[in-house]
Amino acid sequence: MGIAVGILVLVVITVLFHFLSPWWFTPLAADWASIDLTVDITFWVTGVVFIALNGFLIWVIIRYRHRQGQKAHYEPESKKLEWWLTIVTSVGVIAMLAPGLWVWARIIEVPDDAAVVEVVGQQWHWSFRFPGEDGVLGQVDIGLMTVDNPLGLKPDDPAGQDDILITNPELHLTINQPYKFVLRSKDVLHNFTVPQFRVKMDLIPGMVPYVWLKPTRPGRFDIMCEELCGIAHFAMRGVVVVEEKAAFEDWLAGYPTFAEVLARPTPTLAAGKASYAVCSACHGASGEGNEMLNAPKLTGLQPWYLERQLMNFKHGLRGGDPGDAFGAQMAPMAAVLADDAAIANVAAYIASLPDSESRKTISGDTARGEKIYTTCLSCHGSGGQGIWSQNAPALKGADDWYLARQLENYRQGIRGAHPQDLYGKQMTLISGMLRDEQAIRDVVAYINTL
Amino acid sequence: MAYVALADRDHEQHLHDPQTFVTKYIWSQDHKVIAIQYSLTAIAVGLVALGLSLIMRLQLGFPDTFSFISPDEYYQAITMHGMIMVIYLLTALLLGGFGNYLIPLMCGARDMVFPFMNMVSYWVYLLSVIVLCASFFISGGPTGAGWTLYPPQVILPGTPGNNGGIVLMLLSLVLFIVAFTMGGLNYVTTVLQARCRGMTLMRMPLSVWGIFVATILGLLAFPALLVTGIMLLLDSVLGTSFFMPALLSMGEVSEHSGGSPILFQHLFWFFGHPEVYIVALPAFGVISDLVAVHARKNIFGYRMMVWAILAIGIISFIVWAHHMYVSGMNPYFGFFFATTTLIIAIPTALKVYNWVLTLWRGDIHLTVPMLFVIGFIFTFINGGITGLFLGNVAVDMPLSDTYFVIGHFHMVMGVSPILVIFGAIYHWYPKITGRMLNDRLGRIHFWLTLFGTYAIYLPMHYLGILGLPRRYYAMGDTSFIPDSAQAMNAGISIAAFFVAAVQLIFLFNLFWSRTRGKPSGGNPWKATTLEWQTPQTPPVHGNWGPDLPVVYRWAYDFSVPGASQDYIPQTMAPEDVPTDPGSSYDGGEGEHS
Repeated sequence: MGIAVGILVLVVITVLFHFLSPWWFTPLAADWASIDLTVDITFWVTGVVFIALNGFLIWVIIRYRHRQGQKAHYEPESKKLEWWLTIVTSVGVIAMLAPGLWVWARIIEVPDDAAVVEVVGQQWHWSFRFPGEDGVLGQVDIGLMTVDNPLGLKPDDPAGQDDILITNPELHLTINQPYKFVLRSKDVLHNFTVPQFRVKMDLIPGMVPYVWLKPTRPGRFDIMCEELCGIAHFAMRGVVVVEEKAAFEDWLAGYPTFAEVLARPTPTLAAGKASYAVCSACHGASGEGNEMLNAPKLTGLQPWYLERQLMNFKHGLRGGDPGDAFGAQMAPMAAVLADDAAIANVAAYIASLPDSESRKTISGDTARGEKIYTTCLSCHGSGGQGIWSQNAPALKGADDWYLARQLENYRQGIRGAHPQDLYGKQMTLISGMLRDEQAIRDVVAYINTL
Repeated sequence: MAYVALADRDHEQHLHDPQTFVTKYIWSQDHKVIAIQYSLTAIAVGLVALGLSLIMRLQLGFPDTFSFISPDEYYQAITMHGMIMVIYLLTALLLGGFGNYLIPLMCGARDMVFPFMNMVSYWVYLLSVIVLCASFFISGGPTGAGWTLYPPQVILPGTPGNNGGIVLMLLSLVLFIVAFTMGGLNYVTTVLQARCRGMTLMRMPLSVWGIFVATILGLLAFPALLVTGIMLLLDSVLGTSFFMPALLSMGEVSEHSGGSPILFQHLFWFFGHPEVYIVALPAFGVISDLVAVHARKNIFGYRMMVWAILAIGIISFIVWAHHMYVSGMNPYFGFFFATTTLIIAIPTALKVYNWVLTLWRGDIHLTVPMLFVIGFIFTFINGGITGLFLGNVAVDMPLSDTYFVIGHFHMVMGVSPILVIFGAIYHWYPKITGRMLNDRLGRIHFWLTLFGTYAIYLPMHYLGILGLPRRYYAMGDTSFIPDSAQAMNAGISIAAFFVAAVQLIFLFNLFWSRTRGKPSGGNPWKATTLEWQTPQTPPVHGNWGPDLPVVYRWAYDFSVPGASQDYIPQTMAPEDVPTDPGSSYDGGEGEHS
C-alpha cells in the first residue's frame, strides 16, 4: 500500500512542480514560436501518458496487492490488447513526430532574404565577420592567423577586402531581419547558443555548419558556448544585441573592413614617446612602475593588451567601478589620448622599452600556487609569457602587488563587471576558483618564480 | 536444434571441481565466482565514480566555497564519473556480473562453455580498471574532455590530461573491450549451445534474453569503439590526423590537417547508442522476471517481450545520430534519425505496458525486490518520456546540451538500471549467499533512494528548459539565470549527498547479512526458474550435481489454474504437478508450447 501512496505522491509532486516551478523557457526573442509549440505538444502528449500509466499502476497495486487466499489470473497474452496498445502508442508518436519534422524542415531551410554573418569560435572567445557590400565572405586560412589578422583572411582575395571584422565578442543584429549564421571554429568544437533564440549549432574546425533565425525582440542576450571546449568552456561568453536598423548601422560603422585593417599605418614610436611623457609621471620614465603611486610596471606587456586596456579606461569599461579608486585615476589619463592611432602609438612605444626586473613583495606556498596556475596556463602560457590568440597578457615579470590587486578586483567584481568588458568577464568567471586571499598570494608567489 | 549432451556425463562434472583456495576464489573458472569478482570490482569502481559526482555537486551547489576544486579538476571529475558509470560499472555489472551468474544457472548449464576464457575476461577487466584509475596518479591527471572524449580538444592543451590521462583512458578502454569480447563470446555461445534438455529459446527467462541480446549488441558495437580508440590514440601519440583538422592551438598552427572531428562522433555514437541498450536490455529482462515472481503471475505477453527485445536491439543500431542533432552534421540526417528514434519508443513503451499488465490481476507481494520493480517502472516512464523530447530533432534544439539532457539520461540510464540492480541483488542474494538481506534496511534503502534521486533529477529538467548549459564549472552572471536557479542547484547537491549516504545502508546490509541474515533456503521467493532449483544453495561448482536439469515448461507458470501451489518450477514434469482435487488443471504453458 505504501508504495501506491509513494508513487501517487511522486506523480503529484511532478505535476505541481511542472506548473509551479519558476523555471521555464526564457521569453522568446526569435521567430521560432514553432519550436516552443512542438515542446508544448510533446508535454501534453507525454503528460497524459505519464498520468494515465502511473494512475493505472497505482490502481493496480491497490486493487491486486496480496491478500489472504488471493490468486493471480492466468493469462499468458492477449493479442487484441497488445495490438490496441501498439496502435495507440503509434498514434501518440506520430502526433509528436509529424509537427517535429515539419518544424525541422523550416529550421534547416534558410530564407532567400537572410543576411549572412559569420561566427568564429576559439578557445575561449567569440569573433564575428560581416561580408560587407559584396555580400560575400572572403576566404580564410588557418595558417594566416596572426595577431594582426586573427581571423586569417587571405590578403589577396578581393571578396575579403570589404569584410567587416568584429574581434570582440559582442554582436549586434537588426530586428526582424533573418540571419544565416555560418559557423567556423579555429581550434576545437564549440556551440553557438543564445537561449532566447532556441536554435543552436556546433562549430567544427574544418567545416562550416550553419543555423538561421530572425530576431524579433530588441534586447541584450548572452551567447553561451554549449559544447565542452576545454577548461574555460564555462567562461566562453559573448553578447548579442538586437536593435533597430539605424542603431545597428551606427554600430557596424565603428568597425573596420579588412582593407582598412591592412592599410593601418605602423605605429610611430616617436609620437608614442611624446604621448608617454604624461604617463611617465607615475609609471616612470622607462615604464618601471611605482608602487608608492599605485602605478604598475608596464614593460613586458604586449602592445595589443596595452591598447585594449587604454581603450577600456578611455571608454569607461575599466576604472568606473566605485571600488576601483586606482582605476579611477587612470581613466582621465587615458582620455588624454585623442584617437585610436595615439593609443596604438603609445602602446607600441611602451612595448619597445626594455623589460626590467620587478621587485618581489609577495610570498606564499608556491607548490600550491603551481597547482592553481595549471588552470591559468591554458591562456597565459606555462611560462607566463601570455598568448595572443587567447587574448591573455604576459604575467611573468609583472609587479606582484599589482597582480594580486587585480585578481582581488576580478574576484569582487570591481574589474570585469562592466557589461561591455567581455574580456574582463572571462577573468571574473575564472578567478572564482580563487576562493580566498591565500590562494591569490600562492598563485602570485608562483608567478614570481616563472 | 542440436542438443549438446556432453556435460550430462558424470565424469565431465569433475572437470569443474576446484582444487585449492586459489583456484576456487582467485584464479577461479567458476562462473559464479567470476560473477562475484566482476560485481565487487564494478561496485568498488562505481563508488569512486560516486565520490567524483559529489565533488561535482560540491562545486555546482556551492560555487564559491571549495578551494580544492579548480576548473581542471571539475572537468576531470565529470569525465571520469561518466565513463566509469557507463562502462566500468553498468556494463561490467550487468553483463560480467549478472550475465555470468545467471546465464549458466538459468539455462541449466554447469558453467560457461569456455571457463578459462571467462576467467581471463575478468582479469583483463580488472587490469582495465587499474589502468584507468592509474590516470588519477600521473602528472596532469586523468583526461577532462568529457566522457565522450571528443577530438580535437581531447588531445590539445587547454584540456586536462591531454597527453597522459587520455592515453591511459584509451588503453583502458581497449583492454575493457578485449575483456568484454572474451566474456561476451562466452555468454552468447553458452546461451546457444549449453542449454539443458527442454530449454528451448522461447522457454528462456527474459533475464537471459535481455542479457543475450545485449551481449550481441556489445559484440557488434564495441569494435566501433575499439577502432575509434586506436585511431585517437594514433592521433595523440604518433601525430596522425584521423580526427584532427588543421587548427590553431595556443596561438600556433598545429601539425595536423585534413582529419574529421565529426567522423569521431559518428563512430563514437555508433557504439554509444547501442551501449544505452547494452545497459537497458539486461535491466528490462531482470525486471520482467522480478515482476512475474513477486506478482505470482506470468509475464504478460512473453512472446511480445522477446520480439520487443530483438526489435529494440536491431533498431538501436540506426538511431545513433540523435546524439548529434546540433553537431553540424548534414541537417537532412535529422529527419531519418528523429523518425527511427521515435519508432524505437514503441517497442520500449510496449515493454512498460506489459510490466504493468503483469501486475494487473496479479497477486502482488510487496517485497523489497517488488518495491524496486515499481520504483523502476516509475523512473523509467519518466526517463522514457523525456527521451521523446530529445529524440525529436526540432524539440531537441532548445534542450540539447542543457541540464535537461543530464536529467533525462540520469533518469533513464542512471537511476532506472541502478534500481533494477538493487532489486536484482535483493532478489538473488539468497541464492548467492544462502541468506536473506535484511528486509527493514532494504525498505529504508528503497524509499530514501527513490525519493532522493527524484529530488536530484526532476528539477534538472526545468533548469535545462530555462537554459542552464551542462558542463559549466560556474554559471556566473547572465541575463537569464535567476538566483533561484543557484538555490535549486544547492538543493540538488544536498539531495545528492543524502542519496550517496543512503547507499551506506545498502553496503552495510550486504556485509551484515552475509553472516547474520536469516537463512533463506533454496527457493525463498517460490520462483520457477532453474537457478532456484539447484540441489545446494549456494550452488556448488558444476551447479547441478550428477544430473543436469530437464525443462518441461516456460519460466512463468505462476498461479496456473488447478495447480495446488501458485508456482510450477520449470523442472516439474506435467504428470508431477500437484493439483487440487476436482480441478480443471490443464498443465499450464508447458503443455502447449
